Amino acid sequence: MAGKTLYDKVWDAHVVRQEADGTALLYIDRHLVHEVTSPQAFEGLRLAKRQPWRINSMVAVPDHNVPTIGLEHGITDPVARLQVETLDANCRTFGITEFNIGDIRQGIVHVIGPEQGATLPGMTVVCGDSHTSTHGAFGALAHGIGTSEVEHVMATQCLIQKKMKNMLISVDGKVGAGVTAKDIVLTIIGEIGTAGGTGYAIEFGGEAIRELSMEGRMTVCNMAIEGGARAGMIAVDDTTINYVKGRPYAPKAEDWEAAVAAWQDLHSDADAVFDRVIHLDAASIQPQVTWGTSPEMVLPVDGKTPDPANETDPVKASGIRAALKYMGLEANMPITDVQIDKVFIGSCTNSRIEDLRAAAEVAKGRKVAANVKLAMVVPGSGLVKQQAESEGLDKIFIEAGFEWRAPGCSMCLAMNADRLEPGERCASTSNRNFEGRQGQGGRTHLVSPAMAAAAAVTGHFADVRTL
Amino acid sequence: MEKFTVHTGLVIPLDRSNVDTDAIIPKQYLKSIQRTGFGPTLFDDWRYLEPGEPGMDHSKRTPNPDFVLNAPRYAGASVLLARENFGCGSSREHAVWALTDYGIRAVIAPSYADIFFNNSFKNGLLPLTLPAEVIDQLFVEAQATEGYQLTVNLEAQQVVTPSGAAFAFSIDEFRKYCLLNGLDDIGLTLQHADDIRAYEAKRKQTAPWLF
Repeated sequence: MAGKTLYDKVWDAHVVRQEADGTALLYIDRHLVHEVTSPQAFEGLRLAKRQPWRINSMVAVPDHNVPTIGLEHGITDPVARLQVETLDANCRTFGITEFNIGDIRQGIVHVIGPEQGATLPGMTVVCGDSHTSTHGAFGALAHGIGTSEVEHVMATQCLIQKKMKNMLISVDGKVGAGVTAKDIVLTIIGEIGTAGGTGYAIEFGGEAIRELSMEGRMTVCNMAIEGGARAGMIAVDDTTINYVKGRPYAPKAEDWEAAVAAWQDLHSDADAVFDRVIHLDAASIQPQVTWGTSPEMVLPVDGKTPDPANETDPVKASGIRAALKYMGLEANMPITDVQIDKVFIGSCTNSRIEDLRAAAEVAKGRKVAANVKLAMVVPGSGLVKQQAESEGLDKIFIEAGFEWRAPGCSMCLAMNADRLEPGERCASTSNRNFEGRQGQGGRTHLVSPAMAAAAAVTGHFADVRTL
Repeated sequence: MEKFTVHTGLVIPLDRSNVDTDAIIPKQYLKSIQRTGFGPTLFDDWRYLEPGEPGMDHSKRTPNPDFVLNAPRYAGASVLLARENFGCGSSREHAVWALTDYGIRAVIAPSYADIFFNNSFKNGLLPLTLPAEVIDQLFVEAQATEGYQLTVNLEAQQVVTPSGAAFAFSIDEFRKYCLLNGLDDIGLTLQHADDIRAYEAKRKQTAPWLF
């Protein structure tokens, strides 16, 4: 019998019961909750007179609607305020742990879970947010769910699921200097396409992945969903275990010893069979910039925008034409010729301490270019912000002309006041360049934190390696 | 949940691939704490010429005459014909709520993003898959024929065109059963509460740190 993949192992350990048609009841260890996708689920519980199954599996935090400036005035948008207050009230009513606005532990749900040790290797983790794939960096099976499933997990601690297929993406060898986790994952999405991972759990492996820090691994798994895969995973190793150790929710004493022993098995067996295997050569990966309105529309920094005239598939050609038009770009343009209006460094993809260090290193001693109207840095959590400030990163950013903000999802999806105006172009470390994502008519180019900082100080996309 | 058995409805063709959930329902409307009322802002950025915000009277906004949803011939459509990877992006179930609130009962596309696909079944919306060449043919017919209707028969797992051509689709048995009967799957899962408790008791022995 063939060995098991990492996904097989975590899946098998969580099957409560299995029906003949392959539908399984899967047990959920950790349920992360935020204000946007939970109110209707709590309301559903109330209407059906149900109680949450296991309150201590839940951790809640407001993040999507939280202002990043002027927090002393509270949330001024009454609709957003009601949503956050609804989360607060639901957590109080049901006795759920919540990191409220003003708590140093508050931040983006996918930053605070790992930061608190609430995400552990081998867990099943769900949240009503597609970027829950982030937590797969810990060898956890983690994926986004809709609000009906949020209610289902609250009420039953389980999900009704069918097993996904297994894909291995192996990034072989080492990446060059100046190439980051973001560049790796954007290259992968460019390779497999935005639906390439649909129906799969993707395991990221290979030397370049193993050499990443936990922050880098989270960036890669975070964007598995942009390649269509609900779940991305990375095998557990010493990097994982050293990150988890000592965090508030991490196991202690004998439990820690037992957990570490159990986690040693959280990797794919040597003879595991994957339904699809893709190899990428790490050395060939360059810093990436998206040019279009889907994360698969991505270029190496020395690339040019595509020409629809060279595309034989008419549906794809019309997609390229529509994207160029929306983005206000011409065919065959070097991406480094594209000037920007705003810079956003933040989001569940790239707002952790390592991301801020990488951006600060580029910003240090330089100034935000005159044509850039706003360059903002939004740390992923209060604790990330505190850490960055203790290292003096805030001063570097402010000195260079960046705004240093309070934690939240911010301009990744522009539910709060941070947004692009129609036609504005942004170098963004977030995860989606969809039409209108950062504000109606806004134009988003996805890049790494270092590349965002390079764009900020030059006023256009630039190769951070030759700055 | 509303049952889905047989539905015949006017078809609206949305000829774009990778339609994401941000396009289906933009972020500003996700601030609502309700499940209803998203229909008027379905495809908001494409549908209206001015930017929209929650609380507006959307009937007073200017419809974009170039967007298919605003063509008078598609008024009252309940079957959405779409391209590949429909519903990609965010997990927001609001996208499904916007479609159902607008009156869409079934989506027909060559492929869907996983989370959107899953969310649809929880709300009585049938996302069915047909081969790309059949979809191409349906697009041609729907665009050529005013008042073009399709019949979706879930029991028989068939889509039937006005000319009587029938296309079979496959669907997971459990999902079909829930849709046909309009079942709340939380109730179904709670029938297995003893199994869940037994799993927890066993797991507490082997991995106590998870509790």
